[in-house]
Amino acid sequence: MAVGGYMSGIFGSSPVKPMQQHMAKVLACVSELIPLFDAVIREDWDSVATSQQKISAMEKEADVLKKELRLQLPKGLFMPVSRQDLLEVLTMQDKIANRAKDIAGVILGRHMMLPAVIHDSYKKYVRRCVDACEQANRAINELDELVGTGFSGQEIKLVVEMIQKLDAIESDTDTWQADIRLQLFAVEKELPPVDVIFLYEIIEWTGDVADRAQRVGSRLQLMLAR
Amino acid sequence: MDIIVTYGAVFLILAGVFGLFMAWGIGANDVANAMATSVGSRALTIKQAVLIAAVFEFAGAFLAGGQVTKTIRKGIVDADLLAASPELLIYGMLASLLAAGVWLLIASKNGWPVSTTHSIVGALVGFAMVGIGMDAVKWGKVAYIVASWVVSPLLAGFISYTLFRSVQNLILNTDDPFNRAKKYVPYYMFLVGFIIALVTFLKGLKHIGLENSILENYAYALLVGTGLMLAGKYFVSRIKLDPSADKDFHYANVERVFGVLMIVTACAMAFAHGSNDVANAIGPVAAVVSIVNSGGEVAAKSALPVWVLMLGGMGIVLGLVMYGKRVIATVGNSITELTPSRGFAATLAAAATVVLASGTGLPISTTHTLVGAVLGVGLARGMEALNLTVVRNIFMSWIVTLPAGGLLSILFFFTLKGIFS
Repeated sequence: MAVGGYMSGIFGSSPVKPMQQHMAKVLACVSELIPLFDAVIREDWDSVATSQQKISAMEKEADVLKKELRLQLPKGLFMPVSRQDLLEVLTMQDKIANRAKDIAGVILGRHMMLPAVIHDSYKKYVRRCVDACEQANRAINELDELVGTGFSGQEIKLVVEMIQKLDAIESDTDTWQADIRLQLFAVEKELPPVDVIFLYEIIEWTGDVADRAQRVGSRLQLMLAR
Repeated sequence: MDIIVTYGAVFLILAGVFGLFMAWGIGANDVANAMATSVGSRALTIKQAVLIAAVFEFAGAFLAGGQVTKTIRKGIVDADLLAASPELLIYGMLASLLAAGVWLLIASKNGWPVSTTHSIVGALVGFAMVGIGMDAVKWGKVAYIVASWVVSPLLAGFISYTLFRSVQNLILNTDDPFNRAKKYVPYYMFLVGFIIALVTFLKGLKHIGLENSILENYAYALLVGTGLMLAGKYFVSRIKLDPSADKDFHYANVERVFGVLMIVTACAMAFAHGSNDVANAIGPVAAVVSIVNSGGEVAAKSALPVWVLMLGGMGIVLGLVMYGKRVIATVGNSITELTPSRGFAATLAAAATVVLASGTGLPISTTHTLVGAVLGVGLARGMEALNLTVVRNIFMSWIVTLPAGGLLSILFFFTLKGIFS
């Protein structure tokens, strides 16, 4: 006799855990930016290379998780959230890791040095961008509680508060980004012009990490609203 | 008439064997589906599930299976038409039983979703229609039964939706869900005990000699409910808040409280399943026994012999213990994202609907009812992911099961007729 009742087939493979695993991987990837920039400031290029490899490897792993998740969302799966919303959050999460990889790649490739004047503020800035990512991760981790309570009341309030905090963190990074650009502007005439262009780009890309984390939050909010 | 006198003993033995075969099949395959939500929510271990199922399936079959058995036995086939040749009814009942049992075997081997209830009803209608004539089927009653197959999942879904919403509003959505849970779960336990006991008492334990007035029934049901509530209060109070449990899932402690409730609900579900599905195995047996014992009188108003009910109950338990254990384990391991609070809503809704149907003498598919209940919680956004294609396949399986059961039973009917005439 075939072993296994057919009732268990009704409970489809839930996307919640894979979503959380993907976000955890993205966070690990982005967190590696902190040691990366520390190494850049120390001008320890071996450590920079190691960090870049780690980031690249983790971004690939995240990609694999993303593809697996996309494959296990067949049309007939009935979820408490719309499939489109879920996939959009996933795509947003993935873009965070992509950005981190881009940053690491360019810095290593150009042996990019940060001018001394922005060292301290840049450390704080990167830290804050990673904070944004951590906050997004916390919000995504609430997904199973949200389902468990049927998306109502207390739990939704909790998640909305998290998302608001995420917005505040991203707002900080915007402000600090502007400050750093100002600091760079003051000394840009003394630096090789091509390097300066790429410096501005790196500053913007680092801010992107926080931006994309914030967008994960707002997509999550859209998901809750329906 | 002579045939019955000559072969009476043979028919009785055949009826017993086929009935046991069918009951074994139900225990081996169907019980796992009934216990799916209880085991999947991890409130019970496999061992506990098998034990609970064994005890309560038998209890449900024995205490509350009488009405549905009556329907299967004489509610579908018009026995009056066969007064002249009662042996046809015997062949038909035996054929239907064998057909349903064989179909269950085939479907289980292939992993197809099959309802034991649909099989036996299809088999009965099949043999009656073809073996005797279109008039032999009580079409009114059959239509009523088919209607109940549509209504029961809907009703279960509605109840489970309401239950889950009540859990949300009373417990989950509050500032202190843990203590709220400790406060309200005993009331839910009262509900479980009260409903199951009430329907069972109201619809008669006549066949074991208990006849009470309506007031007495309500009183006993209240007693059962209250007893359960007090026991629940005790067990729930022993659960202490474990702060480390909440790290991964904030409601982990709340779910522990619901775990206690889930055990009670699992018992209710096993009871309900036993009460409705045992008839699929012993309804035909009871018909054969009645005819043989009365020497060929089809319209005999004989009561259901107790040993027949016991045969059915034992058969289910045997099937469960010998084979169903493995199936339950597989089901339990493959369901990973169900928690006691959600499992409870679905299971209680299904159990209440099935017990209600059993009391009203309506043979329904317990699995379809449970599926409806699970969907109800899904609609309340409480389920992580439900495979609607599987759900659709399960519901569509009627289309195959009814004719399959019918064809097999026609085949066996004419075979038996050929052997014994």
